[in-house]
Amino acid sequence: MKPAPFDYIALNSIEEITSALNEYGDDAKILAGGQSLVPAMNFRLLQPTMLLDINNVSKLDYVKLNGDKTLKIGALTRQSTIEKDEIIKEKFPLLHETMPQVAHSQIRNRGTIGGNLAHADPASELPAVCIAMGAKLKLISKEGERIIPSSEFFQGMFFTSLEPNEILAEIQIPIPTEHSGFSFMEFSRRRGDYALMGVAAVVVLDKNNNCTEAKLVYLNAGDGQVDAKKAASVLGGEKSSPDLFIEAGRIASEEEIDPFGNVHASTSYQRHLANILTQRALKIAFERAAKKEQNHD
Amino acid sequence: MIKLKSVSVSVNGRLYEREIEPRLLLSDFLRHEIRLTGTHVGCEHGVCGACTVLLDNKAVRACLLFAIQVDGQELFTVESLAESQDDLHPLQNAFWETHGLQCGFCTPGILMTMIPFLEENKDPTEHEVREALSGNLCRCTGYQHIVDAVLLAAENQKKSN
Repeated sequence: MKPAPFDYIALNSIEEITSALNEYGDDAKILAGGQSLVPAMNFRLLQPTMLLDINNVSKLDYVKLNGDKTLKIGALTRQSTIEKDEIIKEKFPLLHETMPQVAHSQIRNRGTIGGNLAHADPASELPAVCIAMGAKLKLISKEGERIIPSSEFFQGMFFTSLEPNEILAEIQIPIPTEHSGFSFMEFSRRRGDYALMGVAAVVVLDKNNNCTEAKLVYLNAGDGQVDAKKAASVLGGEKSSPDLFIEAGRIASEEEIDPFGNVHASTSYQRHLANILTQRALKIAFERAAKKEQNHD
Repeated sequence: MIKLKSVSVSVNGRLYEREIEPRLLLSDFLRHEIRLTGTHVGCEHGVCGACTVLLDNKAVRACLLFAIQVDGQELFTVESLAESQDDLHPLQNAFWETHGLQCGFCTPGILMTMIPFLEENKDPTEHEVREALSGNLCRCTGYQHIVDAVLLAAENQKKSN
């Protein structure tokens, strides 16, 4: 048996979860999909003494569009469910297009969106995409609930602003504005493996196809997700052009990201990837936003 | 000492009840407790796909589940595919015909990944097959014959319908 010994309780309601978190706090780990937790336990990188299995809490498993403004996803929703959801495919294409790149199908069949976000792996796709989409996260504890921007939730490598007695319960994503375009790009050695570098790009254009808002968020680019504000700011007021994208890619890759390098990629290679992926992602994001603008007229 | 918990699970249509430690992985439960050794264990951290089984008719990695988690549930392993050597599943036959395996270590996981894939995708392209295979490592074949096998199985499936 690979993991260290632990005790196990299967919980059946949100009330049971918050009570159990109050009782066990830091000694416990919540077991949702387990697709990051169990490998870490198999390596004994994590040795919780109590696992709180929330897989029976079906109240945390849903995808619904709230009043045409906000998408609400229950934390226990499987990644494969999100991948196949028709509303998400139609109205949240950035999330839809990212899903097939989150690990492999067998992992997505078990892995949950809440577990993925709470794990806060800097190399994971969904945290970066959530920040790029301006998602908010609902955290619940016995004392009540609070809703925070995803950019405040992620605090660094495997580190979030979750208190020991809190659980991430819901992901709230605002519907993209009509004049926005997006792209998610990553480069990995094998499809579904951790990306050596990746970027989520979102741009909003005005009637004349000038950029009014831009977001560039990188994964596997430092201690946490890197929200490259300076590179995004050079896009402000500008039209699509190769020179513009080269400049944004240069700033993000040279000044803003801080990749660690690993056995598969040196830091300079990671910076190179970030530069190229930025240019490609922005080109597509601008094209998509411009196309929408035309359709609208 | 952590006390043992009872687990009752249906595997390939047969009910098994055991007293186990919570930390027992489903892959080890299948192999060591109920002696179904067709499910292979490669990396034990979710990379190689050799331990893939069906839970709720979905392909999942048995090494990333604790056996205690499937208490009261139903799952299927590679042993469910064929009654005997002479009566192989059409997908197994396609592997046999196209030389889709060499050492065979990765094969059970690939078969259990491709069974639900072919149910959902009646007419897959080569690209879709390769995408679906991306979570399974094979160190012998170079994948080409595995892709051929899955495409042949899809072809045969279409003909028989």
